[in-house]
Amino acid sequence: MDLTYLLELSVNGALAGLMYSLVAMGIVLIYKSSSVPNLAQGSLVMLGAYIVLAFSNGLGAPMWMAIPLAMAFMFFAGMGIERLALRRLAGRPIVMILMMTLGLDIFLRAGAMTIWGGSGRPMRIGISDDPLFLGPLLLNRAYVVGAAVTLVLFAVFVLFFRTRRGVVLRAISDDYMASWSVGISVERGVALSWALASVVATTAGVLWGSIQSVDQSLSTLLLKGITVGVLGGLDSLGGAILAGILLGVLESVASGYLDKLLGGGSRDLVVAAVLILTIMIRPHGLFGRHDIERI
Amino acid sequence: MLFRQAGIFHTDYAADRAMFPIPLDRWMVGVLLALGLAAPWVFSSLALTSYVMPWLIWAAAALGLNLILGWAGQFHFGYAAIMGIGAYTAVHGVRAGIPWEIAVVLGGLMATVVGIVFAFAALRVKGLYLALSTLALQFVMDWVISHVPAISGGVSATLQAPTLRLLGQQVTSEAGLYYVALGWCLFVTVFMLNLRRTALGRALVAVREKDFAAAVIGVQSFYYKLVAFATSSFIGGVSGAILVFTFYHAVTPEQFSVNVSIELLAMVIVGGLASIIGSYFGAAFILLLPGQINQLVAWTAKLMGADIGVETLAHIPQMVYGALIIGVLLVEPMGLGKLYANVRNYLLVWPFGYARK
Repeated sequence: MDLTYLLELSVNGALAGLMYSLVAMGIVLIYKSSSVPNLAQGSLVMLGAYIVLAFSNGLGAPMWMAIPLAMAFMFFAGMGIERLALRRLAGRPIVMILMMTLGLDIFLRAGAMTIWGGSGRPMRIGISDDPLFLGPLLLNRAYVVGAAVTLVLFAVFVLFFRTRRGVVLRAISDDYMASWSVGISVERGVALSWALASVVATTAGVLWGSIQSVDQSLSTLLLKGITVGVLGGLDSLGGAILAGILLGVLESVASGYLDKLLGGGSRDLVVAAVLILTIMIRPHGLFGRHDIERI
Repeated sequence: MLFRQAGIFHTDYAADRAMFPIPLDRWMVGVLLALGLAAPWVFSSLALTSYVMPWLIWAAAALGLNLILGWAGQFHFGYAAIMGIGAYTAVHGVRAGIPWEIAVVLGGLMATVVGIVFAFAALRVKGLYLALSTLALQFVMDWVISHVPAISGGVSATLQAPTLRLLGQQVTSEAGLYYVALGWCLFVTVFMLNLRRTALGRALVAVREKDFAAAVIGVQSFYYKLVAFATSSFIGGVSGAILVFTFYHAVTPEQFSVNVSIELLAMVIVGGLASIIGSYFGAAFILLLPGQINQLVAWTAKLMGADIGVETLAHIPQMVYGALIIGVLLVEPMGLGKLYANVRNYLLVWPFGYARK
């Protein structure tokens, strides 16, 4: 057991884990405001990446302009999804809401394949491939940038939840009936949370797209995102950040050693095991609210 | 008028308990049964083997999932894995020389055992968390099936299914395979039709509505949840085995991946929760409609002279499938079975609509 190898695995894992948090943050934002577990977050990430490419390759906009344009587009796309698909299902049993988000996931994924095809496209955002050494550790430059962006976004959200709009969202997540009765427009708040989640998804799409490439497999980030979300507590943004680091380190270290024993592919197994164990031991996650059920 | 209720008098207990008290319902069931039995002569060989037979088997599987999702109200996102276990067990059993009937039942029992293990792990939680934990278990099962060579024969191996031998007779003709599928589907349907009027069915419904409240009136909710998981796993396991023996003729891990679980879930939701005829509708909708619409799109494109790429055309069915789920949920969240029930309820008193309360 080489200590440097272990450290390198954990640091890179933590950085990648912070990028999982980026996917989880979108899920948490939506779950907080409307208790909707968004299983379409993975395809929103994929859609965001494709929209950025559509602006930069299709319309010829430079990357620094394409990304904000795509974010604006996705802001309204997220709002539209909430308005057209999810609002009509409010108050329905959760199985229908889950199925709706799954249907959205299938639709968006296949729609992207129909329009843009199945082959991977590169996303160049100007991160150099040169190795970055931190002492003896070899770091992936793209992961460092991704982790930094995640932390900045988290800080922005912490500040946002102190503004007037943010307080409204917090009130809705606390008790939407009570918010309704004091005159808060719950629908508008939920729509805003979908829009914000879509913008976060676009960021995740750009970062992950630059690491692998932009294709359908971006939507499989959902499993990691939802695991991070559950581990941190589905209604806690800070929990998502911490859980992302935890899962990233665990996944990277465990698969670094297990892959040799099991012959590859143990990454998904680790993620599934973390998800099952979290749900069995502490379903509400590290920092989530533990709801008490009434008859 | 059509579903006339006049003249139906419940003069003894047997008449009161009849499964279809309205004559037209009986007629419709009779016609459908006759059609099902005559299908090898009614449909072309292609339609029979590639549309009707898989539809019946998937409908049986959807009924099994509906038992747990619609009647007992518990999520199961790993149903395809259960079907896969049944299929692999049965195939290995027959290859080891066990008679076909016993091997299929063994497949069902093995699926039941794994289903109960699933349940013990998953039933500590409910709602969303139950959905997610069964989903995670599906991933684990996928990994186990494909990575243990003793089960799948290697990571990307295909295991040939032996010939179906029913009571010592080789069944290889299309009609024979079709009747095996039809028999299983009828068995599951009759079971489900009767389930809703047994104590077990009522207990399951009580657990679905509120498990704490069911416990208060003396229904052991955990026990009934386990029973529901076990029963539906048995149905799923046998359906998986029959699917492999009659339709796929070979078994690979991808046939029972997570996408298939979601497809089954879509069949149940689109068909309607706790609706038997809905499961048939849902299976037909999810299985057959995307392909048909794709052909329609290709045909229209040819007609209009537009040129659609092969790759685009290949992904349209998947898109239609997603759109179907969204559309049905928006129009009628209780599914196609509820739409059928609405029409039937309207016709019950038609043309005297005012007679309805």
